[in-house]
Amino acid sequence: MTTNKRIVIIEPYAMIAQGLRLMIDEIKGYEVSAIIADGHYIERIIPLRPDIVIVNPSMIDIKKRGELDDMAQRLPNAAFAALVYQYVDPDVLRYFKTTIDISDSREKVIVKLRQLLETSEPTTESTELSDREKEILVAVAKGLTNKSIAEQYHLSVHTVITHRKNLTRKTGIKSVSGLTVYAILNNLIDITEVE
Amino acid sequence: MVACDEAAVVAIFCTENMIMKDRNIPLYTTRMKVAELIESDYNLLLLFPRFGLELGVGDSTVSELCIRQGVSPQLFVMMCNIYSHTDYMPSADDVRQLDVEQLLGYLSRSHTYYVVSRIKPIEEQLKALSAQCSQAHSAVLQRFFAEYEQEVLNHFSYEENTVFPYIRTLMACHKMQPTYDIETFSHNHSNIDDKLCDLKNILVKHLRGIGMAAQTTELLFQIFSLEEDLSRHTFIEDVVLIPLVQHLEKTVYDN
Repeated sequence: MTTNKRIVIIEPYAMIAQGLRLMIDEIKGYEVSAIIADGHYIERIIPLRPDIVIVNPSMIDIKKRGELDDMAQRLPNAAFAALVYQYVDPDVLRYFKTTIDISDSREKVIVKLRQLLETSEPTTESTELSDREKEILVAVAKGLTNKSIAEQYHLSVHTVITHRKNLTRKTGIKSVSGLTVYAILNNLIDITEVE
Repeated sequence: MVACDEAAVVAIFCTENMIMKDRNIPLYTTRMKVAELIESDYNLLLLFPRFGLELGVGDSTVSELCIRQGVSPQLFVMMCNIYSHTDYMPSADDVRQLDVEQLLGYLSRSHTYYVVSRIKPIEEQLKALSAQCSQAHSAVLQRFFAEYEQEVLNHFSYEENTVFPYIRTLMACHKMQPTYDIETFSHNHSNIDDKLCDLKNILVKHLRGIGMAAQTTELLFQIFSLEEDLSRHTFIEDVVLIPLVQHLEKTVYDN
């Protein structure tokens, strides 16, 4: 027996959320496991282990788009769709695999849900650090700022930030001191260099 | 724990805002038998010492036990619901009716509990484990944990020494210099969970060849459990404490 694909809806308005839930619950193979209408979505979603998260982008603080990254990182196997019924900054939409429009028919929603799952197979990406990432890791562990790392390796600050995001994704470690521990455990750096 | 700047949003949508598919587990009430409450979720036992509640509950209901031991039944049952029902969000009305002093007492005792009964034992276990590593590895692991512990202590002591006294003054309704407000707190209510999460990943993924599987597993169980508990704690501060104080501020400053 296959289990239903779990969907979480993050949407402030009950009418819209409930309407979408009714529509989805009628579709075979899918179930809405929760509707969340407030800001505390990330910690609540994680234990639900959803396959699909449908988010109203207006629920996400524009100044903190990092939240979307954070959520995606903590739910690596979930696919994200934006639920759209008003103007949404295209920059924000880029974070989503697809958009579900409030005018979409049931059939269209079915197709979109299926597509979401097809593209969200677990990644087989290696978590091995590249040489450049190792260099950056060592620099971070030594306490260098993004700016000085960029200067030292002739990179843009933006590139350094991308490398750091990848470091965190691959190691699962966010804090600088945590990355330092990683660097020392893997003998990339000597403890005396970070004293 | 999640970024907590969402408190304002939470306050607005404080009532009836999350609907779960599984409605089989009813919310706890003060009329429920304490023994049944524990039977339905043994994790709630963790809350008893923080309320100073003693066991040997006999057939008492939540209400009877709490009143006998000087605890607010409403507060206790709200905390139980928050711990057991991840979909539960207390209503604005329920929050306003809470006994503030009891809430602060509960939060303070929770702080002590985390430090003394959870973090210290984890520190000891980590120390024992890292004794199997090289000196450099052992040193860096212990230093990492010491940093985490300090972060938590700073976070707690800020609450105890700045936020809670402010709330108590509000309660006493003294005219205040508007030098501080709970908005400042909710903005600064930082995450203290990053390092704990990092430690988890270090132990699960990156620490190799120390040959103490049982101890490592035990330690990880402690860390996972602490992480979960702390996330509930932050949640309580965000959805109970902050809205409650915002309400108090409104009553005090508007008069």
